Amino acid sequence: MIPMLQRALRIQHTWNLPLRTCQAMAAAAFVLEVVGTNLAWATYTGFPGLMSLSFYPAGARSYVLALSVALALVAVRFTRRRQAGIWASLASFALTLQTLIAISRDGGGLVNVSAGAWITLLGTILGIIAFVALPDDGAPLPSSWPRLPRVLDGLAVVAGIGAAMLLLVYGLSVDPANQFVGLVIALIGGLAALNRLGLFAWLGALYARQQGLSLALIGLAAISFPFTQNGESYWLRVGANVGVLAAAAIGLNVVVGLAGLLDLGYIAFFGVGAYVAALYGNAGLGPSRGHIPFLLIVPLGALVSGLIGVIIGAPTLRLRGDYLAIVTLGFGEIFRIVVNTYDGFTGGPNGLANIPDLAFGSFNFGLPHKVFGITLQGFANYYWAELVLIAIVVFVFSRLDRSRIGRAWVAIREDELAAAAMGINTVAYKLLAFGIGASVAGGSGTIQAHVATQVSPDSFVFMQSVLLLAAVVLGGMGTVPGALVGAAILYAVPEKLRAFSDYRLLIFGVLLILVMRFRPEGMIASKRRQREFHDTEASGSDALSAPPGFAGAVP
Amino acid sequence: MPLLQATGVTKQFGGLRALSNVDLTVEEGEIVGVIGPNGAGKTTFFNCLTGMETRTSGEILFRGAPLPTRPDRVTVAGVARTFQNIRLFHNMTVLENVLVGTHPRSRAGVLSAIGRGPRYKREERKAESTSRELLSFVKLDGLRGELAKSLSYGDQRRLEIARALATDPGLLLLDEPTAGMNASETAGAIALVKAIRARGIGIVLIEHDMRFVFGLCDRVAVLVHGEKMVEGSPAQVQSDERVISAYLGRPAE
Repeated sequence: MIPMLQRALRIQHTWNLPLRTCQAMAAAAFVLEVVGTNLAWATYTGFPGLMSLSFYPAGARSYVLALSVALALVAVRFTRRRQAGIWASLASFALTLQTLIAISRDGGGLVNVSAGAWITLLGTILGIIAFVALPDDGAPLPSSWPRLPRVLDGLAVVAGIGAAMLLLVYGLSVDPANQFVGLVIALIGGLAALNRLGLFAWLGALYARQQGLSLALIGLAAISFPFTQNGESYWLRVGANVGVLAAAAIGLNVVVGLAGLLDLGYIAFFGVGAYVAALYGNAGLGPSRGHIPFLLIVPLGALVSGLIGVIIGAPTLRLRGDYLAIVTLGFGEIFRIVVNTYDGFTGGPNGLANIPDLAFGSFNFGLPHKVFGITLQGFANYYWAELVLIAIVVFVFSRLDRSRIGRAWVAIREDELAAAAMGINTVAYKLLAFGIGASVAGGSGTIQAHVATQVSPDSFVFMQSVLLLAAVVLGGMGTVPGALVGAAILYAVPEKLRAFSDYRLLIFGVLLILVMRFRPEGMIASKRRQREFHDTEASGSDALSAPPGFAGAVP
Repeated sequence: MPLLQATGVTKQFGGLRALSNVDLTVEEGEIVGVIGPNGAGKTTFFNCLTGMETRTSGEILFRGAPLPTRPDRVTVAGVARTFQNIRLFHNMTVLENVLVGTHPRSRAGVLSAIGRGPRYKREERKAESTSRELLSFVKLDGLRGELAKSLSYGDQRRLEIARALATDPGLLLLDEPTAGMNASETAGAIALVKAIRARGIGIVLIEHDMRFVFGLCDRVAVLVHGEKMVEGSPAQVQSDERVISAYLGRPAE
């Protein structure tokens, strides 16, 4: 099936139907889908998304409708953009099929599926055929997106970030797992189609021109997230959890993405920070019963973690290749076992519970606060504290990345011996990357201890290191937005898919394989990585080079 | 005082003596060729000079002081090299490759890279202008933004030389600079090596292209089975019976 999909999604094609025929089929598909989505899909009420009502497209039906409108636009405006059309029509087909299966499963049989769903399904199949059969002229992505005047440039940035924010808030509010899966399918198809139309390349150039404004707006959007939650705490807690892990993921990105060191025990450094906060922070659970204020405990956790990182790294970073991965894997286990064993100090397997909320002077992080008349639950405070931490980490990361030091890291990743021949002290620079990564993890760990109100060895198992690494790889190695997006996807989406929580790792596995196969540079790639994987492709060679330690991109 | 003075360099790999008691002296501004059949120990000699392999014994003085034994310190001391099988940073751009070469001649640490004060900016500007100058020196200025791996073979060799020059060396070791080049590229390489010498940099080169070696070098050393068999001017070496027999074998008696 994969080669078939691949053939359809890439350039090759088998049937070359005349353009007119394809256009007619696309038009028919559009009509069928509009009619189908306006008719009832289910014979019974109770299925989420009001599927039994006619002329009221809601839930999954509205997504199909939106996709079909997009499809029609593609057909009219960019007749030759078959890849965009294929993506959109595949997504609407998958979406319809998924809803259809859900209706028949919940209702107890295919009889519960009404005509509307069948008509839509037919339309989506016709849509796929229309675009797969379209002759392809092999033309590059359209550059027909307009270059806007400066004022509109800014407005487009505002609109783009606003739309992303609305989508996020809407996505979080979509409730039944079925409908959320539908939304994800629609989003994947729709975004892939837009990408094939060149929208993201255009937006990327736009944001690069308006960098200051974009950054400010993204920051503003991130800050304003708690205000969209109507005083509820559920997603704020998730946001607070994602925030610490996102900061840690950026730290891991320095180690893995820039310096190319595979660290499989990264979560242990996070754990070190968490235990430092629990033992010596305002919880004072350590033997000294000490109380170190919040503003000092974060750098202290970072320092302790960084020191341990240097101690672990100093002997092992002299070695080349995969030894480091093995040693860090071992270190992660040692940390967990030590914490488990010394129960007089660390609480052993029970961990340390009842860690109080952070307090900053008389300001208690755990209590709800009213801002502009909107009640914000306590987690908003943690979320904001993490934003500050992330902002600092991002600032440091991007400054280092584009400096003599970042160049040295990338050179070491590329060819360690040649880097040494350029006068780079490779051991020292690897140690620096390792230590910076460890201290970022430690710093975010101190906040995590308070967000979770307890620390225990179970939270710092090998699987957590793997998940963080997966977040970095999935999002895009070597970029800040990549690490953020990766962490958000890996830690927030499961909250939406609690119904499928048994299959969580299976889904991650499949997702990772798909990303590695179709977009090995990650979802948000650094320019360097994008070229690393796709420059050779463009020049006609199939030889993709996989980064060391991440084979799998090569078929 | 000679630029480089290596005496008694010996390298033992287990039971195999890859180099035994090799002496080599390079004067300022001199071009010295090292030739010899495959497996004679030429690259091993380079590796021992640059600290990529630890020599079993022998002394190496650079500008009168002992040369360090760690690759990065050797480069900092002023000895740069290229590799027989080109080792560029493939996924970095041409300009970035040369910028990495300026590493030992700049000093910015973590804090100044984060703070970006005036000194940092000055240093970074200087590194960039040096790199651009070197790229135009090796005639690659049109390809600054390309990825190193997308360059043609001859361009990659020249980029590697530019990258080595960016470390501001007093001595440059070239390991088979014309391997895989066609006739016109080789002619370009001759001009390039001469231009490097004109910058006051001493050069040692390993090469199999005899026309290239004898047309370019002031002095040629012949390594055979890890031992220096002959050293002298190109004319002397060319007419030496032992060299001829080492390369072609003895005439049948």
